Amino acid sequence: MQNSGIDVILQGKNIQRLLFEGLFVTIEIAFISIIIGSILGILIGLSRTTKSKVILFINRVYLEAFRIIPTLVWLFIFYFGVTTALNIDLSGEVVSIIVFSLWGAAEMGDIVRGALQSLPQHQIEAGKALGLNYFQLYRYVLIPQAIRRMIPGTINLATRMIKTTSLVVLIGVIDVVKIGQQIIETSRFEFPTASFWIYGCIFFLYFIICYPLSKISKNLEAKWTN
Amino acid sequence: MDKNNNPVLLEVQDVHKKYDDKEILKGIDLNLHKGEVLVILGPSGCGKSTFLRCLNGLEKIQGGDIKFKEQSLTDKNVKLQEIHEKIGMVFQNYELFPHMTVIENILLGPLKVQKRNKAEALAEAEQLLERVGLLDRKDSYPRQLSGGQKQRIAIVRALCMNPEIILFDEVTASLDPEMVREVLDVILGLAKQGMTMAIVTHEMGFARSVADRIIFMDDGKICEESNPEEFFTNPKTERAKHFLNIFQY
Repeated sequence: MQNSGIDVILQGKNIQRLLFEGLFVTIEIAFISIIIGSILGILIGLSRTTKSKVILFINRVYLEAFRIIPTLVWLFIFYFGVTTALNIDLSGEVVSIIVFSLWGAAEMGDIVRGALQSLPQHQIEAGKALGLNYFQLYRYVLIPQAIRRMIPGTINLATRMIKTTSLVVLIGVIDVVKIGQQIIETSRFEFPTASFWIYGCIFFLYFIICYPLSKISKNLEAKWTN
Repeated sequence: MDKNNNPVLLEVQDVHKKYDDKEILKGIDLNLHKGEVLVILGPSGCGKSTFLRCLNGLEKIQGGDIKFKEQSLTDKNVKLQEIHEKIGMVFQNYELFPHMTVIENILLGPLKVQKRNKAEALAEAEQLLERVGLLDRKDSYPRQLSGGQKQRIAIVRALCMNPEIILFDEVTASLDPEMVREVLDVILGLAKQGMTMAIVTHEMGFARSVADRIIFMDDGKICEESNPEEFFTNPKTERAKHFLNIFQY
């Protein structure tokens, strides 16, 4: 008699492999990239409030490059192109972190810029009229207000980055999706419906990483607007 | 009392201000004496708000000079931040910082800019809040206050820096009529204590009772300068007569 499909998840080390090998790699790539991307993004966002045309132009090109060229192509450019051109050896995971960090930084820079520029000009004047210097103006008046406006966009970006890490399979990184495929392959005869259960399980794993983020975002927004 | 013998705090000489090619201020001369209340009147777009904003260096001027106690605002060696500390400003739309409570708004300047002792600054802030009748709102956020309350807090925020001059830029223009009074009463109280102030307003009755001197501006220039009684009962220029008639039904 055929086994019930759901057993495939608990069979052998399958669940451990999904969680500790696959999901761990997914989370690692996503979270390191989100952190690096956020830090770089804040600096880029601040630099985009300048009047210098050169800095604005460089930032513009950078952002558009990451918006126009698909993330998958960037992964290929770095994994196959840049490594050969510079004759260096980078693992798929390192390349993934580089590409996702650069993408995150570009998008984050735009979120920070948008938030800062959406603040009323008069807030800057009110700060100056109190004698605040530029650093104090940003530290006490502008950045705290900008952060509140950045939350929805930032959470949206973070969840997009987490989901898009599924592309790293294509440069040989063994993430949660790849482990799932391996399990499905090896259980083909024993569990014909394995793909349904394994992908269902992966769906659930992505959900439990992303859902708390939207929840936090909702709570923060509610807290700041009441 | 004649305040013209008091020392001059602000000295304005032939100030010109341009936005792109449009000249907003076309040569303004003025002295503001210590303890004097100067009210600036004029039709919309005459440059009175721009002029007020030039006085503390929020707007750069393209010609002439403004000196605060002998320090020129156009001098690159003069730190504008130090001038801002001494010349407070209250805005039309309050411009309280929305992410801070009332007391945090008031203490930001004294603690971060002036590096004052917290207990001492807090005591002063609470005393000022008491005076405007808002001590019980010190932990509220600006969004929880009415317009009149916000504007009184904004005045306290400026006062707590212990400025030598306060500039008021149409501070009742965004308020509901019944709240105008509570804000004007606070300013009138300051005038009685001898605070030096420059006030841009459209409240004629208030201007008349608070001012030591009125200047009437039109088209980027001072058209008329006199004491309030004379200005309101016997204006010299046609423009001022016309302007005052608009306020009478």
